[in-house]
Parts: sequence; structure tokens; C-alpha cells
Amino acid sequence: MSENMKLTLKVWRQKDAKSQGKLETYQLDKISEHMSFLEMLDVLNEQLINTGEEPVAFDHDCREGICGMCSLYINGEAHGPDRGVTTCQLHMRMFKDGDTIYIEPFRSKAFPVIKDLVVDRGSFDRIQHAGGFVSVNTSGNTIDANTIPIPKEDADNAFDAATCIGCGACVATCKNSSAMLFVSAKVAQFSLLPQGKIEAKDRVLNMVHQMDLEGFGNCTNTGACEVECPKGISLENIAIMNKEYFKASTKA
Amino acid sequence: MSVLDSKTPSGPIKDQWTNHKNNINLVNPANKRLIDIIVVGTGLAGGSAAASLAEMGYKVKAFAFQDSPRRAHSIAAQGGINAAKNYQNDGDSVYRLFYDTVKGGDYRARESNVYRLAEVSASIIDQCVAQGVPFAREYGGLLDNRSFGGVLVSRTFYAKGQTGQQLLLGAYSAMNRQIGKGKIKMYNRHEMLELVVVDGKARGIIARDMVTGKLERHSAHAVVIASGGYGNVFFLSTNAMGSNATAAWRIHKKGAYFANPCYTQIHPTCIPRSGDYQSKLTLMSESLRNDGRIWVPKNMEDVEGIRSGKIKPKDLSVDQRDYYLERRYPAFGNLVPRDVASRAAKERCDAGYGVNKTGEAVFLDFASAIERYGKEKAYVLGMHNPTDAEVKDLGKKVIEDKYGNLFQMYQKITDDNPYETPMMIYPAVHYTMGGIWVDYNLMTTIPGCYAAGEANFSDHGANRLGASALMQGLADGYFVLPYTIGDYLSHEIRTGEISTDLPEFVAAEKEVYDRLNTLINIKGTKSVDHFHKELGKVMWDNVGMSRNAAGLKEAGEKIRKIRDEFWKDVLVPGTMNEFNPELEKAARVADFLELGELFAKDALERNESCGGHFREESVELDGEQKGEAKRDDVNYRYVAAWEWTGDPAQAKLHKEELEFKDIELKQRSYK
Amino acid sequence: MCPQSENNILFMKSSIGRKILMALSGFFLMFFLAQHFTINFLSVLSEESFNSVSHFMGTNPLIQYALQPVLLFAVIFHLSMGIYLEIKNKAARGAVKYAMNKPGTNAPWVSRNMVYTGIAILLFLGLHFYDFWIPELVTKYVEGDMTGMHAGSFRYYEELVAKFQDPVRVGIYCLAFIFLALHLLHGFQSSFQSVGFNSNRYTPGLKKFGNFFAIVIPLGFIFIALFHYVSHLN
Repeated sequence: MSENMKLTLKVWRQKDAKSQGKLETYQLDKISEHMSFLEMLDVLNEQLINTGEEPVAFDHDCREGICGMCSLYINGEAHGPDRGVTTCQLHMRMFKDGDTIYIEPFRSKAFPVIKDLVVDRGSFDRIQHAGGFVSVNTSGNTIDANTIPIPKEDADNAFDAATCIGCGACVATCKNSSAMLFVSAKVAQFSLLPQGKIEAKDRVLNMVHQMDLEGFGNCTNTGACEVECPKGISLENIAIMNKEYFKASTKA
Repeated sequence: MSVLDSKTPSGPIKDQWTNHKNNINLVNPANKRLIDIIVVGTGLAGGSAAASLAEMGYKVKAFAFQDSPRRAHSIAAQGGINAAKNYQNDGDSVYRLFYDTVKGGDYRARESNVYRLAEVSASIIDQCVAQGVPFAREYGGLLDNRSFGGVLVSRTFYAKGQTGQQLLLGAYSAMNRQIGKGKIKMYNRHEMLELVVVDGKARGIIARDMVTGKLERHSAHAVVIASGGYGNVFFLSTNAMGSNATAAWRIHKKGAYFANPCYTQIHPTCIPRSGDYQSKLTLMSESLRNDGRIWVPKNMEDVEGIRSGKIKPKDLSVDQRDYYLERRYPAFGNLVPRDVASRAAKERCDAGYGVNKTGEAVFLDFASAIERYGKEKAYVLGMHNPTDAEVKDLGKKVIEDKYGNLFQMYQKITDDNPYETPMMIYPAVHYTMGGIWVDYNLMTTIPGCYAAGEANFSDHGANRLGASALMQGLADGYFVLPYTIGDYLSHEIRTGEISTDLPEFVAAEKEVYDRLNTLINIKGTKSVDHFHKELGKVMWDNVGMSRNAAGLKEAGEKIRKIRDEFWKDVLVPGTMNEFNPELEKAARVADFLELGELFAKDALERNESCGGHFREESVELDGEQKGEAKRDDVNYRYVAAWEWTGDPAQAKLHKEELEFKDIELKQRSYK
Repeated sequence: MCPQSENNILFMKSSIGRKILMALSGFFLMFFLAQHFTINFLSVLSEESFNSVSHFMGTNPLIQYALQPVLLFAVIFHLSMGIYLEIKNKAARGAVKYAMNKPGTNAPWVSRNMVYTGIAILLFLGLHFYDFWIPELVTKYVEGDMTGMHAGSFRYYEELVAKFQDPVRVGIYCLAFIFLALHLLHGFQSSFQSVGFNSNRYTPGLKKFGNFFAIVIPLGFIFIALFHYVSHLN
């Protein structure tokens, strides 16, 4: 157990969207292996502030792996070397004393850098605006929730797809910057539920159309997204979306 | 002292909401198109309100400080959402949910609001299912329920340990539909920094674009604050790093009364602190108490053995363990309400029985649940003489299905495997029941300014029951606010568009500019976090789970000192006109430093123990309840609503007397 | 929501549409490959049957005028779309590359390098066309000789054997089929995923069969080449 790790950080610094960025090197010591990765960055920032330098900007919020705000490409992998976790759940015990750690923003043409390690993932929102919903207004008079039974397996699969946190690790990881895992998670969730089936056709056409407009690349089924996804969203969802898209395109 | 008008409708409680809806003014569809509403915050309350208002035809502008509405901290709620559906045939009803919530809140909530909450709870489930929210289901395809602390029925709907996420994504999807139609204009990475009041009415806000640093004026006919709670005043809490009280505190300083700030929920099952670098605490859902048993060793030698690693927790036999909740509260056992469970953990740890190095941890043990489920499963599978290992494997599988994501989260954080060794937990600040005072219509004391969700004070009294926060957030946003706001807006149909060039907007913008400019230019020597941590320590030590007059007085003084020093010595790097997270934090901590003092003042003023507020001066002295919290209904049966007067220490108290017509006031007993 | 008439155009232009077309052309090419292999393998077993089947394939109007153009189109489409998508995908990555990237930790090499194995196959196809297909076309359609005869007997087997006498060519041939194997190791199961076939029940088996196909067919081609080379070594 180490309470005293020494680390070299190579951190991407970029003043704003228009400026050129570059990697800067920082030294840290007294890092405990029990710290989360972001707590390690807190220590770096405290050190930078106290020496009159600008702290490193990075996105983070809930710090318990669910909000999807934190990103970071750490040592060549989205959310770092651990599996099934977001950066905020990554702990320093995954690293060794003396390690050099590269910290870069999630990169993709559709995720422009805002500052340092912060990127704009608005493209994800716009895809959801295009069809990531069931068209039902708020009303106290929708049918009783138990009127339509849903097979447990479908409900469970829909839930598994719906656990996507929209962090963008799939895009950052994919050699093609494809957003298909993200989009398919929503398409698949609704395609498995009776409530979502009614608009299935327009939903998949519109969401995919928007995805293409945003400049994401094409899926070549490398499966890297599934491996790096902190929530384990399955490639099966992409297959479901492909099928849904094919059906929607060929159906009158 | 003035009497606050709650505008509770007259008549029997079960007809109040229906009658009220029938009698309030409406805005006709053509006029709704001409009315702007600002919604600050896009969690369950704000998101559902924004979507519902836009569906009705209003022009909505929604603000989130995160990069997307989906990131609001409602997303982190784990356990579930209550609704009086009585699907389990265990005798649940609107009245029971109402009763449990009022009792759970230790009789410090407004009856009429709580009844309405219970009444609309069933519609929330219907609405969410219609939106495609994938709740857990049974094999027959119908919705599953689980039970939560403080109640005797199973009325909690859930989606594994990610119920908040699924509900928020439902509200987010409803918002997306309206954003796509242009009915909601979404302002991401925007933070509200001031309310604009014109002729006594809320008319807009000043927001900062957090990417460019530009200050923006936004006008509207009504402003809804749904910005969540203020738990981060403690620095360490289960809240998100960005969760803040600024929007609520800004409207407070413009005239909205702040109610019961001292009502804070300390959640019993969080992962204990591991070091000084700790930035936040992680909750382990209360649903775990359904199957986990909480204990510490009976003997001090075993405590020491466990701390030093010489003894493994599973080596201790049942007789060597103190299942203190089961011992003290046989009726509710491990499922006592949160405030009771938290204090009991503190009591054991204060007595020296804490099981980790810091002495602030107790065990939450699943071994017996694993065994029980394993045996049941083996029976179902027709295994008549299963080995212990088989039983354990089967049991683990059942536990994994129920709590898999929570166990995984625990293991990732602590590096301990909770299937093999008991979890270690300790209470942490989780939710704030107090908040902006609102009337029955959810309107604050500023006309046209509303507060919804955790940001308001209304429904949970002095303690919130598990799975009730999601219910309240969505009730406010989907089913209450969209109706009640029309009553006010019906008088605004002739107002027309509100100019942002009005002198009030200019002045408010200048106020914000000056405040931020001051913060940047102090150029002191200590970081924002330094002050935030100092504030948090005072709050936890003096205004935490157990409070007394001397400590509270001291807290007020200490906070004032930290605040003075903050304004002299804080170091905010960078400039105003750029993406500057330190500046954002500084502005939020500045507000926490005022709120903290009011918090301590409120706690001092309320010399009774109720719900999450425990005053050492007010305990039962004898009888079966000896040592338990003692409520004082004679002197403190009111809502304390504080008016800003320029200094938190000088805040003016207004009391809303609470009437209990439909529930008999009793001392809570979970024995 | 978009009107129906636009859907077909959108399909061709959409990322998913294109990927489905890549998969469909891939299926066709894999089918062709299996067929081509079967016929070539006959050359190892029996000169006579190889000649008669080759003659049938080379002169049957349905195959020559219907399937052959389809094949040609599939080859051109699969290659050009593959390269076009690769260029688009590179562009989608953005201008700044990761300073540290470990793609090997999350995806196999074969899946990430389809365009390179594909181009290698393309280069080989150039040689292959030069060796067999263009001379065939010249003989049949320029010179008008549809008999398939040379010096009194079928020419197919002889031509085949003749080509495999040059060790350099045999070497290139073998190398090309190694690239084909790499391409198929990802391409086979990827095509199924692209057309939306992925199920817990069948996909594991399908993947196994895909790997079998991807190794056995190219290996078979290599065997044929080596067989003819070795058996005519004098």
C-alpha cells in the first residue's frame, strides 16, 4: 500500500477553443493509492493555484460514476486503464510509483475542445433532440402503469441499454469516432418497449440522420466502444439499431 | 412577527387539490405562447417542469450549469420512488403514504402539501412508464416493488440501483422533445447568478455563460428555481461537486424567505472517508438495508483486532456482534428511518466501536441475506442437500441481481469485495429538507418566483423518507407547478415581452459583475477549496448529527470569521471572461458562507429535537424511549422562515404555524 | 419527420445504410470466394472435372452476363466504399491526434486495419486480373474464342498450373491470402453485426464458424497454389 506515490503527468493544456494546445509536464508526489483519479487532479490544481499557475480545467460533477460529466483519455484509454468505471471512479491504485500518466481530452471532430481537458458534447444532446423520446405529454390520465405487461427480459434489456450515461467514451475510443453505441443505446431501449415501438421508425431515421450531420464517423464493428464503455453497453444494441434502421428504410 | 399565508385551500384534505385545480385561473392556449418562463436547474423537478410547461404552450428557457440537462444530480439517486399504487396488496393508500411521510418528517411538514404529494404519486409512475422508463418488473411483466426505511409497506418502484438516472432520463427525453420543437430554449453551461425583480415581481435572471464568461440578461413572466439542495455547505456530502445553493440564496437575498435551513438529512449508509484529500462521499443506497444487517463488535478487544487487521469481521460469531439497530428498535430493525439509523451509528462510533482506522465506520453485512437467498434458490431449483458453497454461490447471484451495480461501485472505491466481507459504512450529509419557503402553489415570497424540488422546503418536514425525494421532485415538476403557475400567469397575459434594458436588469447585471470582479481581484493567498473545507469542518463538527447551543453559537462565530477571511484572502486565478471553474466555485462558496451561518442560527433557535435536527438539550429522560430525540410541539410546531436583512446573523424569523387536522401528533417510535 | 420518398436516398447516404451495403457486398464476395475455392480445389482432385466446371462457368450466359457484372460491381463497390469510409472516418477523428493511444487494449488488430488488409487484397486482385481474368476476357470476347480449347484439349487446367510455376508469384499469392484471412477474421462476423444479426444464442457459434471460414478458405487457396507448384517441380 502506497501513500506516497511520485508521478509525472503529461496534461493537455489549451487556453480556449481557438487556441493551439500542447502537453505540459507536471510532477506530483505524496499521492495516495486510495485517491480517485480526480482527487489526484485536485491535488495538482491546488499545487498549481498555490504557485500562481492556472489550474487544469476538467469536467466532473457527481464523482460517483453516473452523471457522465467526467471524461479524460488517460494513458491511451478512455476513462483510463480500469474497466467498467468512469474517470471519477478510477483509483490511483491502478498506477505505480514513478509512473508517467498522459491525460488528454476526449478527441473527436464532433467534440471540440473548450478548454484544457473540457470538450463540448452538445452533439450528443442534439441527437437526442432529434428523436430520443416517446411523444407523450404530461397528464394525470395516461393509462395505469400496469395496463401493459412487459416481459421481464425485455424490460431488463431496455434497462441495460438505458444505463448509458452519455459520457462519450465510445466516441473518444472508436478509431472512427463513431457515436453508434451511444445512439443505439437509446434506439434499442425504446425498440424493446411497447411505448417506444409506435415511433420506432421515425426515431431511428431521425436520430441516425442527426448523428451523421454532427460529423461522427462510421461504425466498423471493432468493438472498442463496448470494451471502454464504463456502463458496459453492449454491441448488441448497435445490431438492433442497424436492424431497426434497415426496417425503417425499407418499410413504406 | 408576521404570519405567512400558505394559501392552503379550505375543505377536507382529500378534496383540497381537486377543488383548487378546479378553481384556479387558467391561461388560454393562445396567450400561453406569449408568456416566457425561466426554469433554473434541470434535475427531476426542473426538467419535468420545463418539459410540462413547454408542452402546455409556454415559452420556456431552461438553465443548467452542467453541459447537458441529463447531468443534474438527480441522476445519482439510487434506490427508488414511492407511489401509493398498492400493487402489492399490502394495504397501501394515499392516506398511508401521506401519514408515513408526515410521521417520517417528524410532524414538521405542511399537511396539505404532503397529502397532495401522496395523491399525485400514482400518476408519476403512470407518466414515467408511458415515457419508456424501464422500471424493474416481475416475471409476469408487472412492476416490481421494494420496501424502504420508515414504512411498513412495499411501495417503492425502482430500476436496479439507478432509479434517479432512469427517471431523470425520462424527464430529459420529455425536454428533448420540446427542445427539438423549439419550445424550450436550453442554456447549458449557464449559471444563474442573480434574480431580477421589477415592481416587486420576479422578471428575469442574470446568468453567466460559463464558456465565454459573458453575463447575460434573460427576462420572463415567471422564474422557477429548481436548483436542488445545499448539502455542499458541509463540503463533504453525497452531492455532486457542482451542486450549490447560489440560485436559492440569490432569490433569498432578493426577498424569498428561507425555511428550516437546519433540517439536513445525514444518510446512514455512505462509504466512509478515507483521507484528507477526499472530495466527496459516495452513498450506498438505503435499499441495501433491506438485506444488509448493521453491526459493530460487542467487545472492545474485537474492535481493536479488526482495526489492526488481526481479526476478520467474519471470524466473529453472532454472539460477539452487536446488531445495535435490531437491539434498539426491534419493530423496524435495520429499516428505521435515516435520521435514527445515522444517530445510532454515531452513538456506537462515539462510544469507540467504530471498525476502521478513523473509528468512523460500522459494518453492513450481507452474509445472512446471501445464505437465506441461497437456500430459497436451492429449494426452487430442487436441490435438497446443497453444500454451503453452493448455497453461497446461489445467494450471491441473487444479491448481485438486486444490487450488482452498488456492490461493484463499492468494490471499485474501497478495493474490498462486499460479497466476501461486510461493507463498511458511515453517515454522510445527503439531502436538505429545508429550503426556500413556498406556499401551496409553490410560489416563494417573491411574486412570480417559484421553487420546486429539493430547493423548496415543503414536503419532508424535518426528515425525508427514502424514495420520497424523487417522488417530490417529479410531483412538483409534472403535476403541481404546471397547474399552479397558471393562476399567477393569468394576470400576466397583458404584460407583453419584458425588456432586458429595464434599469433593474442593468443594476442586477452590474451587481453580479462587481461581485465576480471583486472575487477575481482579491488575489489573496488561499484557494477557494481551502475556505470551503474550513466551512465544512465547522458545519460537520458543530452543526452535524448532534447539536447543542454552545456549539451552534460557536459555529456562527467561526463561520463569520471564515467568511471575513475569505473576502480578504481568497485566491481566484484567471479572469472573468473565460471558462474559469475556480471563479464559479468562489461565487458558490461565498454564498455557502452566508447560508452556513443562517443554518447554525436556525439550528440554535430550534431548541427541540425533530427528524434530522437533534439537539442534545432535547432528549427523552426516562421510560422506554430514554435517550431518544424529543420533539417539542408546544413551542416549535412551526416552519421557521427567515427573511434576509443584509446579514445572516440578523435574519428575521417568520413563523408558519403547522396545523395537524388529519394526523394525530405523536412522538415517533420505531421500537 | 422526413417524408418517405427521401428515405431511400438517405439510406444510401447514411452511415448505417452504407455499412449495411458494405456488409451485403461482403456477403456476396464471401459467397463468391467459397464458390471460387470449391472450383479451384477440384484442380487438386481431378483435372477433368476442374476443366468442365471451369468451362461451364466461363461460358454460361447467366454467369457471364448476370453474375460476373454483379461480382465486378460488388468488388468495386466494396473497395471504393471501404476506402471512402476510411477517409471520412479519419476526418471524423479530428485534426489533433492522441499523443498516447493504446488501441490494442480494446480492439483486435484485424478489426482496426481492414482498409490495409483490403488494399493488400486489391493489389493482389490487380495481379490476379492480369494473370487470369483479362486474358480470359481477351480470349473470349476480343478474339471470340468461346471453345475453351487449346491444342486439342481444355486449356483451363494447364493455364492454372502454368501460373503456379513461378515461385515469386506463388509467394505473392500465399501472402495475399494471408491478408485475405486477416480481412475475413473481422469481416465475416462484422457483416452479420452490420445487418443487425447479433444474438446471445447464435453469435458465439457464428463467430467460431467465421474464424473457421476465415482461416480454412485462404489456407485452402494457399494449399492449391503450393500443391501445383510442388507437384510440378522437376
